[in-house]
Amino acid sequence: MEELLKVKDLKTYFYTYEGVVKALEGINLDIYKGESLGLVGETGCGKSVTALSIMRLIQWPPGKIIDGEIILDGKDLLKIPEEEMRKIRGSDISMIFQEPMSSLNPVFTIGSQISEAITLHQEVDKKEAEKRSLDMLDLVGMPDAEKVMKQYPHELSGGMQQRAMIAMALSCKPKLLIADEPTTALDVTVQAQILDLIQKVNKEIDSSMLLITHDLGVVAQVCSRVAVMYAGYIVEIGTAKQIFKNPYHPYTKGLMHAIPKIHVETKRLEVIRGVVPNLITPPSGCRFHPRCDHMMDVCKKKAPPTVKVEEGHYVACFLHGGVK
Amino acid sequence: MSKYIMEAENVKKYFPIKGGLFSKIVGYVKAVDDVTLKIKKGSCVALVGESGCGKTTFGRTILKLLEPDDGRILFEDKNLAEIKGKKMREMRKNMQIVFQDPNSSLDPRFTVKNIIGEPFTNFTKIKGEELVKKVLELLELVGLKKEHLYRYPHEFSGGQRQRIAVARAIALNPKFIVLDEPTSALDVSVQAKILNLFQDLQEKLDLSYLFITHDLSVAKHMADNIGVMYVGKLVETSETESLFEEPLHPYTQALLSAIPVADPDYKVMRAVLKGDVPSPANPPSGCRFHPRCPEAKEICSKEEPELKKVGDGRLVACHLY
Repeated sequence: MEELLKVKDLKTYFYTYEGVVKALEGINLDIYKGESLGLVGETGCGKSVTALSIMRLIQWPPGKIIDGEIILDGKDLLKIPEEEMRKIRGSDISMIFQEPMSSLNPVFTIGSQISEAITLHQEVDKKEAEKRSLDMLDLVGMPDAEKVMKQYPHELSGGMQQRAMIAMALSCKPKLLIADEPTTALDVTVQAQILDLIQKVNKEIDSSMLLITHDLGVVAQVCSRVAVMYAGYIVEIGTAKQIFKNPYHPYTKGLMHAIPKIHVETKRLEVIRGVVPNLITPPSGCRFHPRCDHMMDVCKKKAPPTVKVEEGHYVACFLHGGVK
Repeated sequence: MSKYIMEAENVKKYFPIKGGLFSKIVGYVKAVDDVTLKIKKGSCVALVGESGCGKTTFGRTILKLLEPDDGRILFEDKNLAEIKGKKMREMRKNMQIVFQDPNSSLDPRFTVKNIIGEPFTNFTKIKGEELVKKVLELLELVGLKKEHLYRYPHEFSGGQRQRIAVARAIALNPKFIVLDEPTSALDVSVQAKILNLFQDLQEKLDLSYLFITHDLSVAKHMADNIGVMYVGKLVETSETESLFEEPLHPYTQALLSAIPVADPDYKVMRAVLKGDVPSPANPPSGCRFHPRCPEAKEICSKEEPELKKVGDGRLVACHLY
């Protein structure tokens, strides 16, 4: 498959009064054309920071991308000037956030917000932009799209707001859509609608997707490949089938056992002992070692390299190689 | 004595909507509209539904944290409407609640000792060293340590804070606890620990739970019986297993098929519902689900379906049955 975006050794730190938060500690990630990659992990593991780093939206101070490359179509996004980056945001890469209400501007109508995105990135006049906005709203299944064009965000329900956000994000036919917990604030029946919609529309305009979520169910239903993050590292990456059916990393296994399941009878949930470490003074070596049941001496000393365990399936754990 | 710890019969809770110059009442939000639910001693009943369906209001109403507008609430055969003042205060020892967000349900200026000790100082004469001993016992029971005693809530993680809230709830040996979305704010690995804790405590202390949640997989894991709510109404109640084997109400069916399953091989044909949850201030006529129901008939928009017995131990409010 053809590569669209390549993230290489990405490091993002936050400089706070309490110390340096090492939020990303060398992330490697490929996103292929037309695929949807899921990025899962618990609160504070660096999922959203990864997305914001790719968009170059990390605010300084306190945050800074200190090392690495983000290559989109052969261009390193970390080396280009800000003006050029602004052109890429919203046209080549666009983003949907968790809370539609706080990412839509409350004082502009839905129509003018979507048209704005279109006029900024495409050379069309206002009339044409409005027409395209209307088409986008139709595409995302907005009932009564013409009326919604003239409405303000607060007049719409959460699900409808998220539809409007999706219409805006996809209005310039981006190559990559980053969806950061797009359905976390929604109810399950509405979540199902939105997930179906994102998949359908994404296919229609032929773009790739990076879906960030903590919900393993959503990932299993939507994504073809999955990356699991823990404390600033990607610990395992592979196809959805590999990750869900045959996980290698002890953390991935732990996560799979911790979810209550609908179709399997479980009397008691298995848990991962301990808590997520703080990233100012993370554990040495493999950051998971204090919570791991298979901890070896080497785990305390150095960070495990990412090794290939089967075709397309990579894991960062000394249990599966990398010990010398 | 009946086998139920809590019986709620035809409970209604309306919130007035005020408007106009003189704050006249212009309408009501029918948050809980004629809900009947019984909870057996030692069992866990889950109440599921989407946001705004009235599950939290119901939970608070049966504890009389909100005054019901109509209906009868029996706690161990005693009608709560007739119990007032001091006596009600005594009753509250037996019924407790754990809220969704431990950040806002714990006082930031209280130490753990004060938070968990407060029920004792309020209701008993225990103090001093004996109080500390009691608090330490509770801390151990919920999986916290001795050194946590003099810390403040902000020094703990979300999961630990929820444990503190649980310790406070079980301090006076209650018989019945309402768990209002107790794990919704937590990560899956932390959620698993807290759910296990609830199961342990239920066994050790012989508790009954009303577990309010929007997550059906959590409900399935925890509950013996499940009630499904939609816009203030109970649409289906059933034993957990039969509900998941064969959901009867179209809304329950839609809810079940909308859950994303953590298994890539399990691609379900999702009966995706159209539209949004209607507002309880202006619910649709007849069956409240009819505008979104794939099987709606003419009668559904006119007549409100009653909860009817279908099969053994199942109640469904739908014209199909």
